[in-house]
Amino acid sequence: MSKAARVPVREQCPKQRVTNFDEVCLGYSLEEAVAEANRCLNCKNAKCVGDCPVAINIPEFVSHVKKGEIAEAAKVIAQASALPAVCGRVCPQETQCEGKCILGIKGEAVAIGKLERFVADWARENQITAAEAAPKNGKKVAVIGSGPAGLTCAGDLALKGYEVTIFEALHEPGGVLVYGIPEFRLPKETVVKAEIENLKKLGVAIETNVVIGKTVTIDELLNEEGFDAVFIGSGAGLPKFMGIAGENANGVFSANEFLTRNNLMKAFKEEYSTPIKVGKKVAVVGGGNVAMDAARTAARLGAETHIVYRRSEAELPARVEEVHHAKEEGVIFDVLTNPTEILVDEKGWVTGLKCVKMELGEPDAGGRRKPVVVADSEFVMEVDTVIMSLGTSPNPLISSTTQGLEINKWQCIVADEETGLTSRERVYAGGDAVTGAATVILAMGAGKKAAAAIDEMLMSSK
Amino acid sequence: MYKIVEKRQLAPQIYLMDVEAPRVAKSAKPGQFIIVKTDEKGERIPLTICDYDTVKGTVTIVFQTLGKSTLEMADYQAGDYFTDFAGPLGEASEFIFEEIEALKQQKIIFVAGGVGTAPVYPQVKWLQQQGVQVDVIIGARNREMVILEEELKALGARVYVTTDDGSYSRKGLVTDVLKELIDNGTRYDHVIAIGPMIMMKFVAKLTKEYAIKTTISLNPIMVDGTGMCGACRVSVGDEIKFACVDGPEFDGHLVDFDEAMRRQAMYKTEEGREMLAMEKGSHTGGCCGGHN
Ligand SMILES: Cc1cc2nc3c(=O)[nH]c(=O)nc-3n(C[C@H](O)[C@H](O)[C@H](O)COP(=O)(O)OP(=O)(O)OC[C@H]3O[C@@H](n4cnc5c(N)ncnc54)[C@H](O)[C@@H]3O)c2cc1C
Ligand SMILES: Cc1cc2nc3c(=O)[nH]c(=O)nc-3n(C[C@H](O)[C@H](O)[C@H](O)COP(=O)(O)OP(=O)(O)OC[C@H]3O[C@@H](n4cnc5c(N)ncnc54)[C@H](O)[C@@H]3O)c2cc1C
Ligand code: SF4
Ligand code: SF4
Ligand code: FES
Repeated sequence: MSKAARVPVREQCPKQRVTNFDEVCLGYSLEEAVAEANRCLNCKNAKCVGDCPVAINIPEFVSHVKKGEIAEAAKVIAQASALPAVCGRVCPQETQCEGKCILGIKGEAVAIGKLERFVADWARENQITAAEAAPKNGKKVAVIGSGPAGLTCAGDLALKGYEVTIFEALHEPGGVLVYGIPEFRLPKETVVKAEIENLKKLGVAIETNVVIGKTVTIDELLNEEGFDAVFIGSGAGLPKFMGIAGENANGVFSANEFLTRNNLMKAFKEEYSTPIKVGKKVAVVGGGNVAMDAARTAARLGAETHIVYRRSEAELPARVEEVHHAKEEGVIFDVLTNPTEILVDEKGWVTGLKCVKMELGEPDAGGRRKPVVVADSEFVMEVDTVIMSLGTSPNPLISSTTQGLEINKWQCIVADEETGLTSRERVYAGGDAVTGAATVILAMGAGKKAAAAIDEMLMSSK
Repeated sequence: MYKIVEKRQLAPQIYLMDVEAPRVAKSAKPGQFIIVKTDEKGERIPLTICDYDTVKGTVTIVFQTLGKSTLEMADYQAGDYFTDFAGPLGEASEFIFEEIEALKQQKIIFVAGGVGTAPVYPQVKWLQQQGVQVDVIIGARNREMVILEEELKALGARVYVTTDDGSYSRKGLVTDVLKELIDNGTRYDHVIAIGPMIMMKFVAKLTKEYAIKTTISLNPIMVDGTGMCGACRVSVGDEIKFACVDGPEFDGHLVDFDEAMRRQAMYKTEEGREMLAMEKGSHTGGCCGGHN
C-alpha cells in the first residue's frame, strides 16, 4: 500500500481559476482522505513529527483519519496547533513534516498538510469545538498584533483562564493571513474568520484600530491599564525597495501595497471603494512566496505577468507548489535577470524595466551560488507596472516607543528563544517581529512558547 | 464603532465632524492624523486631526468632498457611526518637543490653503495656549471657502485672509501676503505651510530665497498608515521617507514636490482615471481645488 502514489487533490483548472479569486485547491473528500491516510506507515519513531515546528502528533491523527474518526483526529491536532486549517494550507510542508516522511525517500511523502486541512475543515463544518477555557484566573495579558503569533498566544492564554485583549493596528484581525496571503490560497471568510471567531468564543477580546506606540504605549498598558504581561506579535511589515532610479514612479508598488489593496481592502470586488491599478503588463521583482502571490493576483486582474528573479529557477525561495501553480496560471518566469532602472514617461508613469542578464558564479559562504552580471546584456522589458517583492523587516513603531526594548541591527526585537522574554520585564515577543519574515507555523510556535512562559511567570509571581 | 456626535458644514463641500474615539483623543497631538473607514466596503481615508477633547473623548475632523469616498462620508449624520477610526498616526509637529521659552522667542507664521486651514488650527491652538503668539495667513478660492477664520482669531492669533478672486478681504495668493509681510520687515523664524501641494511648493520656494525654516504637511496616497505598504513614500533630500510614519510634516526645502504631486495624481490624472474606469467601472468623482 505504501508504494502507492499519493491520492491526488482536486484543484480548480488553471484556465478557469485565473479568472476568479476562489480557492485553487479544493481539498480531499472523506474517502480520499481515508485513502491517503492509509498510506501512512504509522512509524514508531516518526520523523515527520520532528520537523513540524509545533510537533503535531502526526501518526496519531492520521491513524484516526484511517478509521474515519475525524473528530478524534481534530482533537489530536488541537493539542499542538490553534490554526490547522491555515497551516494545512500554507505551511511549506515539503521542507517540514513531509520533507522527513519516510515514504518520501523512495516515493511520495504522505500528504500530511492536505490531511490536516481536511480534518480542520471537517471539524469546522461539523462545529466541533476542540477546546474549552479554564475558569478565569484574574490576570490580564495584552497581545499586540493579530497575526498567527498573536492569535496563538492569545488562544493558549485564554484556555488557561487569562483575560486576554488583542490590540490590532488594522481594522481587521489576522495579520498577514488577511492582508498578505490571497483569497485563492487561504479563504478569508470561511477559514481565517472562523478561526478568529473560535478565539472570541474562548473569551479573547479584540480591539482593532489600536496602533501600539501611537494610540497607546506598552508602558501605559502595563502601568495604567492593569495588564500583567504583554506579548508583542507585530510581525515584519516594513517593505524593502531596491533603491534604483525610477522606483517612486507611478505604477511601482510594494507587494504589500498591491496585496493589501486586493486582500484586506478587496479592491478586486466592484462594490468595495479602494482602487487598484494593474496595467497590461506587470513585472514582479523577487522570487519568494510573496512574489508568487503578487504575480498570481496580477494575473487574476488580467495582466500579462512576469516574475523577474536574479538567480536561477532552482534557487527560487518560493514553495515548489506555488511556482507550479503560478506557471499553470500563465505567469512567465524571467530568471537570471536583475532590474537596474525603472523607465518613466514625462508624467511619471512606468514605461519599462531596464534589466541585465545574470549568470551563477562561485558559491558564497552560505553555499548559494552568487549571481554575477553578464557583460553587455542590458535590455528593456516594456511594462507598465512593477511590483517590488524584496522582503520586509519589522516596523520600528513599537521599539522606538518602548524604552529599554532591545532590538538588533535588523530592527528585530531581541527575545529569548525558549520563552520569548525580551529585555523588558513582563514583555514577551515572537513571530516575524523577532525572527524577521518567516512562516506562519514558526510564528505560531513562538506564540505558544511565550504563552507557556507568561503563564509560568505570572503563576509563580503571585 | 465610532459615533459621530456633531456634524457641521463649514463651506460648500467642506464638513466638520466630531467623532467619539476616546483612545485617539487621549493621545492626539497637533500634526497627527487619523484613518477613517466609513463602513465595511469603504476605503481607508487619511484625515488630519483638527482638534481633540480628552474629556469628551472626541476628535474633530474637517474634510472636503472630492471623490467617491469623501462624498460618501458627507452623507453621514450626527448619531451615525463609522466602522473604523484609527490613530493618532504620524509624528506630532516638531515644535511640541521644543522648549516653550525658546518658542516664545521665535516668530512663527502659518500659511493655510483651503481645507488646509483645518490642520493648522490645532497647531495654532497648542502654541497660543502655551503663550506663543503666532500669525496665520489663510488663502481660499473665494469668500465662501474661507474656514475657521473666527476660531483662529479667538485663539488670539493674528489672521490675514486672501482670496483668489478677491471676493473677500484682499485678492491674491498666500505667497503674495507672505512676501509682503517679510518685505515689510517682519523677521519670521519658522513658516509652517499646509494646503494644496502646489501652494506648499511655492511657499517653500519663496522662503528658501529668504532662508526661513519651513515645515510642510504632505498628504500622499495612503493605504494602511502604519508603515506597511509604502504607498506614501516621498523623496525628502536624498532619502525615501514613508509619510505615514516619518511625517506627515517635513522640511519644505527638502521635499521633492514635483514627484509628490505626480504620485498623488496616481488615481486622479487622465491616465489614472482611464485606468480605473477600465478596470472597475467609473470610480473617481469630480475634483476641484482645495487641499490637494
Ligand atoms: C504575501 C505573503 C505570503 C506568505 N505566504 C506564506 C506561506 O505560504 N506559508 C507560510 O508559512 N508563511 C507565509 N508567509 C509568511 C507568514 O505569513 C508570516 O511569517 C506570519 O504571518 C508571521 O506572523 P506574525 O504573527 O509574526 O505577524 P503578522 O502576520 O505579520 O501579524 C502582525 C500583526 O500585527 C499588527 N501590528 C503591527 N504593528 C502593530 C502595532 N504597533 N500595534 C498593533 N498592531 C500591530 C499588524 O497589523 C499585523 O496584523 C507569507 C507572507 C506574506 C506577506
Ligand atoms: C496625512 C493626510 C492628511 C489629510 N488630511 C486631510 C484633511 O484634513 N481634510 C481633507 O479634506 N483631506 C485630507 N487629506 C486628503 C484626503 O485623504 C483625500 O482627499 C481623500 O482620500 C480623497 O478621497 P476621495 O475618494 O474622496 O477622492 P478621489 O479624488 O476620488 O480619490 C481617488 C483615490 O485616490 C486616493 N487619494 C486621492 N487623493 C488623496 C489624497 N490627497 N490623500 C490620500 N489619498 C488620496 C484615494 O485613495 C482614492 O481612492 C489628507 C491626506 C493625508 C494623506
Ligand atoms: S503544522 Fe505544518 S509542519 Fe506541522 S504537520 Fe501541519 S503542515 Fe506539517
Ligand atoms: S514519517 Fe510518514 S509514514 Fe511515518 S508516520 Fe510520519 S507521515 Fe506516516
Ligand atoms: S500608508 Fe502604507 S506605508 Fe504609509
